[in-house]
Amino acid sequence: MGFIAPNADPSNLWGNARGGSSVQTQIESREGPTQQAQGADHSHAPLEPNGIALGGVNRAYKDGRGAEVQALQDVSLRAPRGSVLAVVGPSGCGKTTLLELICGLQQPDRGTIEGEPAVLMPQRDLLLPWLSAVDNAALALRIGGNSRARSRARGTELFAELGLGGFERARPHELSGGMRQRVAFVRTLLSGKPVLCLDEPFGALDAITRQEMQEWLTGALVREPRTVVLVTHDVEEAIVLADSVAVLSARPGRVVAELQVDLPRPRTRTDPAVVAKREQALQALHLGASESAAR
Amino acid sequence: MSPAQTTPPRAHRASRRAMVERIARGLPAALLALALLGAWELYADLGSVSSIVLPAPHEVATEAWDNAGLLAANLELTAQEVGLGVLLALMLGFVLGVLIHLSPILRRAVYPLAVGSQAVPIALIGVLLVFWWGFGVLPKLFVIVLICFFPVVVTTVDGLASVDPDQLKLLRTLGASRWQALRFGELPAAVPAALSGARIALAVGVIGAYIAETSTATTGPYAGLGHQINADINALQTPRAYAAAVVLFVFAIACFYTLALAERVLAPWAQKPRGEIH
Repeated sequence: MGFIAPNADPSNLWGNARGGSSVQTQIESREGPTQQAQGADHSHAPLEPNGIALGGVNRAYKDGRGAEVQALQDVSLRAPRGSVLAVVGPSGCGKTTLLELICGLQQPDRGTIEGEPAVLMPQRDLLLPWLSAVDNAALALRIGGNSRARSRARGTELFAELGLGGFERARPHELSGGMRQRVAFVRTLLSGKPVLCLDEPFGALDAITRQEMQEWLTGALVREPRTVVLVTHDVEEAIVLADSVAVLSARPGRVVAELQVDLPRPRTRTDPAVVAKREQALQALHLGASESAAR
Repeated sequence: MSPAQTTPPRAHRASRRAMVERIARGLPAALLALALLGAWELYADLGSVSSIVLPAPHEVATEAWDNAGLLAANLELTAQEVGLGVLLALMLGFVLGVLIHLSPILRRAVYPLAVGSQAVPIALIGVLLVFWWGFGVLPKLFVIVLICFFPVVVTTVDGLASVDPDQLKLLRTLGASRWQALRFGELPAAVPAALSGARIALAVGVIGAYIAETSTATTGPYAGLGHQINADINALQTPRAYAAAVVLFVFAIACFYTLALAERVLAPWAQKPRGEIH
């Protein structure tokens, strides 16, 4: 979340929410209102009622000294409904800004963002320490006005479905890092929004747990299909999980390559096809880095 | 031997060990208190201090024993004042803290006055309070609330402001309104801090009751420990004044630890080492 200046007044956070407040109360709804950035230039992206489409998005922010920094430049991306779009790039390429734009936490300076309501899963799990695992997962249902019992019942159902049965009543501090991320993911699912924005969800986990989590996420998305925008700095993770991979350059972030990954799932990192795609993505990443350095 | 036979003695041993541990934990405080008491006794007996200026602990103990009924009746009244007063102060302090947190305008309007309220000499307004509300408990409660609400305001405001901004952002993407973010995120997060404020308020509340009783007049057979202390000082019954002060002393300690127990029930997550909490 490094791109947002520390906000002294938390009430400002509620200034211009975009995110389909009518949607999150209905658990099963996939049909959200089409969102459009205000004052946007419509020439870039065609209307995309399903999934997410970004057209020519620019976004700058002010750094600590008040200097304008271009985070994203002319970014056009699309994730059709039910697909997984991975965004890889060097650190500081505006990946988090991108997700916050998609979730409506920021507005683009220029360009359009169209599609269904999106929810953010931040890198840190941010589970509330005073709630049990299942109550944390069902937070969005409680916010949507459901009773505690109903929310808990729905959360318990999903816990069982996704292999978390038995952990419902555990407190966050009793859970391992991987388990906490799983609970955070279920919380994201239960927001009811059709687009999930995952910000380096496994970035803080060790290699073995990370691989387990990737397998678990693949399985979870088979049972609970969603449109996913996954930000990661791990190219391999992107290839293993995504249908398409967008490679961003160093700041200002621009799309330097887009790869389609039409491989059957579940994928393993040692599969030659996966390895080949990974090399392709890495090359694009290096190209983008040297291009930025040259400018 | 079957496990069933071995369990009871083991459990017994465990409970005895727990008791020994509890006693051991209280030992430093007991030893320090005894040492101070011994020093006091020696100074009062051997020094050239009159008993009217400083009675020896054994005199105080005798006086406490002889006046147990009076002390108990006065303690009951003072304890009621402290309990009710601190409770009101907690509610007022918490509500003010939340309002100050939510509204920058209120923060600018209320905070300076709240700070200033701590400098008001109670004796100055005592007469006015009695003029308004008579000789009953109401003026005392007002004084205790005035003295105790401030630490609760400060700790509540700090607790509410300490919530991770990312946490609030997350709640917002989950569809929370400002009110819901307060309810699900900020208020529970502020409970441990507010309880710390409550501990300070309770400790200050006992001396607050003393100030309240001595600065507002009371009618009736019993007027509270604070009032009794002042009356005894004026009547040169210093040992009995000391006996009442010791009761207040012990009462303050008991209040503090009772609240610490309550914290364990109200905010169990805050009892864990900080490193484990996000």
